[in-house]
Amino acid sequence: MGHAESAALFVRDDARAHWHDQALWFVRQKRDAGARSVPDWEALRERAEAIKAHTQSRLAEYLEEFERNATRMGAVVHWAKDGEEHNRIVHGLLQARGAKLLVKSKSMLTEECRLNPYLEARGIEVVDTDLGERIVQLNHQPPSHIVMPAIHMKREEIGVLFHGTIGTQAGLTDPKALTEAARQHLRQKFLGATAGMTGVNFAIAETGGIVVVTNEGNADMGTSLPPIHIASMGIEKVIPRAEDLGVFLRLLARSATGQPVSSYTSHFHGPRKGSELHVVVVDNGRSALLREAGFRRALACIRCGACLNTCPVYRRSGGYSYTWLIPGPIGSTLAPGRDAVAHASLPFASSLCGSCTDVCPVRIDLHHQLLAWRGEIVARGLLPAGKRWGMRLASWLLRFTWLYALAGKAARLALRVLPPAWTRALSGAWGRQRELPVVPPESFRETYRRTRGQP
Amino acid sequence: MASRDDILGAVRRAQPPATAHPGVAGLGNRFPDLPAKFAEMVAVVGGTCLRVPDLAAADRALRELPVHREAKRIASMVPGVGAATFDPVAVADPHELAGMDLCVLAAELGVAENGAVWLDVRKLPHQALFVIPEHVAVVVQASTLVHDMHQAYAAISHAPGFALFLSGPSKTADIEQALVIGAHGARSCTVLLVGA
Ligand code: SF4
Repeated sequence: MGHAESAALFVRDDARAHWHDQALWFVRQKRDAGARSVPDWEALRERAEAIKAHTQSRLAEYLEEFERNATRMGAVVHWAKDGEEHNRIVHGLLQARGAKLLVKSKSMLTEECRLNPYLEARGIEVVDTDLGERIVQLNHQPPSHIVMPAIHMKREEIGVLFHGTIGTQAGLTDPKALTEAARQHLRQKFLGATAGMTGVNFAIAETGGIVVVTNEGNADMGTSLPPIHIASMGIEKVIPRAEDLGVFLRLLARSATGQPVSSYTSHFHGPRKGSELHVVVVDNGRSALLREAGFRRALACIRCGACLNTCPVYRRSGGYSYTWLIPGPIGSTLAPGRDAVAHASLPFASSLCGSCTDVCPVRIDLHHQLLAWRGEIVARGLLPAGKRWGMRLASWLLRFTWLYALAGKAARLALRVLPPAWTRALSGAWGRQRELPVVPPESFRETYRRTRGQP
Repeated sequence: MASRDDILGAVRRAQPPATAHPGVAGLGNRFPDLPAKFAEMVAVVGGTCLRVPDLAAADRALRELPVHREAKRIASMVPGVGAATFDPVAVADPHELAGMDLCVLAAELGVAENGAVWLDVRKLPHQALFVIPEHVAVVVQASTLVHDMHQAYAAISHAPGFALFLSGPSKTADIEQALVIGAHGARSCTVLLVGA
């Protein structure tokens, strides 16, 4: 099923679709207020973009520098070409230490590698500790948003879910009470965990440190108790210097939620005393994307979620209408690079309004990339038949003036004489949720000819 | 190691032509009244900022707060501030810190633009001390305040070990975007700003 078909299912529940739209718009407005509080916002964005571009141009060097310094700090650096190798490394580390309970903070990379099912199949319990992630994990769903994983769920549904899974009383819907229940439930997991895992927001080449950002403190609870901390990062997470963080951190939380900074911005330089730190550096298609001059800028993404929150299509279609686990504009530009056949519909899940590009803190040209992907999809013959023929027809229509004029006449006539139900059916998807226009007595060309002579 | 070399080789072949690092000079925010802005931002991020003239006053102010008055297990990493009931140095296993009510911590610096404090956890006997207590109180010297994150990074160094920017209490908005304070870490964060 492509995006349009899944989105049609989502909007069938009109009230919920509006509620979802409003919830995301609220976050977008908070982002606007956060951005406005910083006088040098645009300069910051430009700097962030330039630092990422520079880093990409010397990525191999910075990765080596990071490895050298991280090792000097006492961490162990592993390299994984793909998700399978990543999972094997993580499982190997856990197995060798007899770790049976892993507490994990948010990491889209481990979702991408499908780590949880891999470990669970091998007898290791994995507990996602971010509240939103825990909710969707208990609900057997992937995250529907990269920053707010359970944004699609209503409090009543979470109440029912918690009642059935962690034993809260029936009918509980107060977010405060539900959060408190989750805190108690996850406290026990933190205290019982034999290993902790996190993603990586930034890896500093110059110092060998990794930076992990959360609001809940779950990454910190998960790494300050167990004897091993495993951190997974894509190769694009490395930045040259610690001082670059000043730029990225001033942008990240403001773009994500409007906060001036997240509650916990944790800097790990080597392991805790008496414990181990392992960093798994993962490629999984990233170096291939780096090769693509037109698309490599997408690798600069710092996963703030702002392009999702602002996207009129994401807001009205929900995270699960996308065929890739990262939804919204950034997901739709990344996914076809991995598998253009499976994700052929995603570059079309956009109005190309450009709002994503405007809010992106690292100035990724998201809507240009989506347009470029459309060209690729067409060139590779991956357009669905209906659209392919439609485009071919339109191309003929626009090539011959007489044909275009004739079609206009026919359409005006049809709108005038045919019953609205018929014309609506003939107009396809366009007319499904719109009133068709009232027909003007003459075309623009006719008006022009009458008043100004020959066009 | 085969994967390492394969990945680095693939990256090297894929890298675009070199562009310069733009540096971080010329960015930032300046506030006319640094302590006032810092106190304002601590409140914005969900904390409470108390401005006190000296450590003795910080101690008095803290002891009057419910987070101290109602606390049973208190640790203090700042001599003279808070009535400690135990010394975490004597605790062998950090799991035993679970259930402690209050920890008093010293910050290296405070950031006015976002109310964050830099905690050098290398100096603590347990890494968990800033996140596992029900409440935390942080002592910040007004003389250490900086305007923004650029100034903050210019002032800190990165030796082996753990350190963090802490900005207010633990929070979440994962259930219908409703802000709830006290997700996994401290349920409150009291910042004692000394000397301003
Ligand atoms: S593409 Fe830009 S706006 Fe979208 S998540 Fe990434 S950094 Fe944020």
